[in-house]
Amino acid sequence: MTMSTQTAAARVTCEDLVVFLNACFCCTGQREFYSDGHAQTVSIEFLHDYIRGNYRRLYARTLAAGVNHFNRARIVTELLAGSRHLAPEERREEGRLIAAALRSLPAPRAYRALLAVRARGVNNRRLRAIVRDYLSARPDLKFDAIKYRDKLRDLILHTHLPLPGELGGFLFKGWRERRYAAPLLESFRRAHYSEEALYELPFTVAEGLAARRKIDRAVFLRKIAPRLTALERLRLQATAAREGVAELTIDLGRAGLTRLAIYVLSLPLGERRQRAAELRTALDAAARRCLRDAPLALGRVAAVLDCSYSTAGSPDKPRRSLAIALAVDALLRAASAEYLSFWTPAADDPLQLVPRGQTDLAGPLLDALETRPDLVVVVSDGFDNDPTGGAGEVCRVFKARLDPAGRTTIVHVNPVFDAPELGPRRLGAAVPTLGLRDAEDLPTALAFARFAAGDLSLAELEDYLARRVAVFLARADLAPEEATA
Amino acid sequence: MKFDETSAGLGLRGLQIAPAQAFGAVRLVPLLREHVREDLRLETRPYGDDGPDAVGVRGLADRPDVAYFSYIPHAYVLRWSDDGTAVAARGASLSSKKQGLRTVGGVRVLHRMVRAEGPGALRFLPLHLSFEGFLSLHFGGPDVAWSEYSREALSHGLSPRRERAVLGAYVKGLEDAVRMFEIHERQVGALVFVADALAAMVCFPHPDDYRALHRALVRDFFGEIVYQYAILYDDVPAHRVAVREVEVADLAGLRAAVRRAGADWAAFTGDMAARVLREPLRWQTLHRAGPFRLRRFMSALHPDEDNHIGEAIVRDDGGELEYCKTFRLSAAQVRRAYLLDKLAQHDWDLARTAEALAVTREALLVRLRNAGFGYLLKGHVLKDLPP
Repeated sequence: MTMSTQTAAARVTCEDLVVFLNACFCCTGQREFYSDGHAQTVSIEFLHDYIRGNYRRLYARTLAAGVNHFNRARIVTELLAGSRHLAPEERREEGRLIAAALRSLPAPRAYRALLAVRARGVNNRRLRAIVRDYLSARPDLKFDAIKYRDKLRDLILHTHLPLPGELGGFLFKGWRERRYAAPLLESFRRAHYSEEALYELPFTVAEGLAARRKIDRAVFLRKIAPRLTALERLRLQATAAREGVAELTIDLGRAGLTRLAIYVLSLPLGERRQRAAELRTALDAAARRCLRDAPLALGRVAAVLDCSYSTAGSPDKPRRSLAIALAVDALLRAASAEYLSFWTPAADDPLQLVPRGQTDLAGPLLDALETRPDLVVVVSDGFDNDPTGGAGEVCRVFKARLDPAGRTTIVHVNPVFDAPELGPRRLGAAVPTLGLRDAEDLPTALAFARFAAGDLSLAELEDYLARRVAVFLARADLAPEEATA
Repeated sequence: MKFDETSAGLGLRGLQIAPAQAFGAVRLVPLLREHVREDLRLETRPYGDDGPDAVGVRGLADRPDVAYFSYIPHAYVLRWSDDGTAVAARGASLSSKKQGLRTVGGVRVLHRMVRAEGPGALRFLPLHLSFEGFLSLHFGGPDVAWSEYSREALSHGLSPRRERAVLGAYVKGLEDAVRMFEIHERQVGALVFVADALAAMVCFPHPDDYRALHRALVRDFFGEIVYQYAILYDDVPAHRVAVREVEVADLAGLRAAVRRAGADWAAFTGDMAARVLREPLRWQTLHRAGPFRLRRFMSALHPDEDNHIGEAIVRDDGGELEYCKTFRLSAAQVRRAYLLDKLAQHDWDLARTAEALAVTREALLVRLRNAGFGYLLKGHVLKDLPP
């Protein structure tokens, strides 16, 4: 009796955690095609509360499992918001994970996560130590003081940490101070009086000052071009084209895979046709670069890719699902020995994709299965409507009747979080469904597929998490004995 | 409204039913055209703030005898060619007079429900066309001057006769369903179900017309009962296909089984819409345009079943359905039309009508009063009736 209760409890824990991880891979709390932002937020907040309340230790460890930035920041906030009942060694492990997670996040997200703790009214020694370590590990705090000025100031106001050099005066007096010795701070002060100094600042800061000065957008973009980061360049392509600024050319060979796919789909069809060769090479190069970081070697692979109208996404995430499908297409082509792709509705050239038409997954899935592949990857939001539930039935019957030995593995990759289902929408019980935010995370997702399929036990999941934690902490460059808090 | 023919329902000649898409209580079923032809196109003419308040139905353009008042957001303009060549849908900029829009005593009145605008073009008001037909049913009032009827009823008929409908945007969940619906490639129409009751059927001549007018579904009007159903029911079960795995031996078999299951659902969906697709309808031809006929219809009025009115454009050879829009009547609307029908059948004689309905004369009077036709009868007739 006790034994069976324990195994049942373990199974429930395992299932809960798999649901949570899957949600954390894809949910960003933003509006999606089928549900609004509010529903998404309510849904993911519930999951965080539930898992933190019941499985605190595993909750902290999910930080290392490759969850997306939104959820990593959210977990950090939740962990820092309360830790009274924790034993010292638990607290120590959490502290190391939090420090590593903060370092792995983009700076604005990390600052926002810490400020969210402030919004909860929490201020203790643990938080102050975490913030102190985070700030001391920042490569250039002066740069942060310029670019994330409000965030850093609010954080200092909350934690009362001493700041090195002139930063204290800078944050609280700003450009009204007489003179700064540090060149970056000085150019920020001078930028309030002279136009040349404006172009020595980071783009986002200069942009606001330029708007206040009513500097012509084209002139501003031309002069700020050398200061732009790669992502800013990519983001400003449409603006540059509209304003006729030629200096903002980007090296497509260096952009990340998902970002590149989003950029490609943002171009008008005519331009995509003209630059087809260039874009195709760039996508392939990005895929290969991505595989260098996270190797993936597959045999015969077939992909069923959704380009139906629902991949148009929402105003918050325009065409994101379609971009993920396009990026996964490039990634699988680079990673597999033999590769075939099946778009639904049918599309000849992936570069000419537009989100249009109904979702028929069953037909292309059968086409894919006829080629006898080792692995079939279905990339779709899971709303299979021509006919409804067709793909789920095909998978079920195929597994039960036609492939009982399991020669072919079918995996469903879903970039969309479905709020009512508390996770990515499933095709059916026979196929594991994996949430995916960025195509670059596909290797992680495929490794997680065995858990999503429900074949493995809690012990194995804990083992998997422990290994991920070791890798995560090692990558964060944090030796165990240096860990604080 | 005089009917010139009674025949089987709209049918689905030249159309296919595709798998339904359900969102909440709304289920939208795509209708695909087998052969897309280019010789008939539809476009909208939106009326902005200075659109018509009323339509002159009978009488002169500047002095209509009978007028139809409603909120009219837009008209459809039909363009066709007689010899089957392609027509281009083009925007028209017409002056108010050319559009048939006149100001009569401060009210903007559009001349006629259907109006030819030059060769190969026809303007008509969608749904208002069928609704005007429904309102004008026995609009003339009693043919025989029985003493029970008021002088008003004998001289002016049923005027003013009014009914209510609900704008699509007010039907809960319809707007979301229309937004999230994925339009098929050859789709020209849709069956709209709310809580699995047929709310409307729409069909246009060309897939491009449908794509352009899909979102205008929320500007159509719907029966009151549709509005209530949308509030009362949260969701409808999806039409999920199911395959019996013992019947499947290989991938081709599986493909066939899935296709069969889809076809079963399509047939079932057709049955759900049988009241307009198969059951007899009464038709009235309004206009002949080249090889096309614009007609409106009404289902046989049975108070205990769902009843629909609507309009359709049918191709003469082959009887292919090129355009249609239907409206689900609410129970009260059907009751009113049914009572009028019965009265008209028995020459407006209350005693004979009561006999035909198997009720007492007094009960018939109560029914008439409760249906809102008290204004047709003299005051003393209605006196001392039970509630």
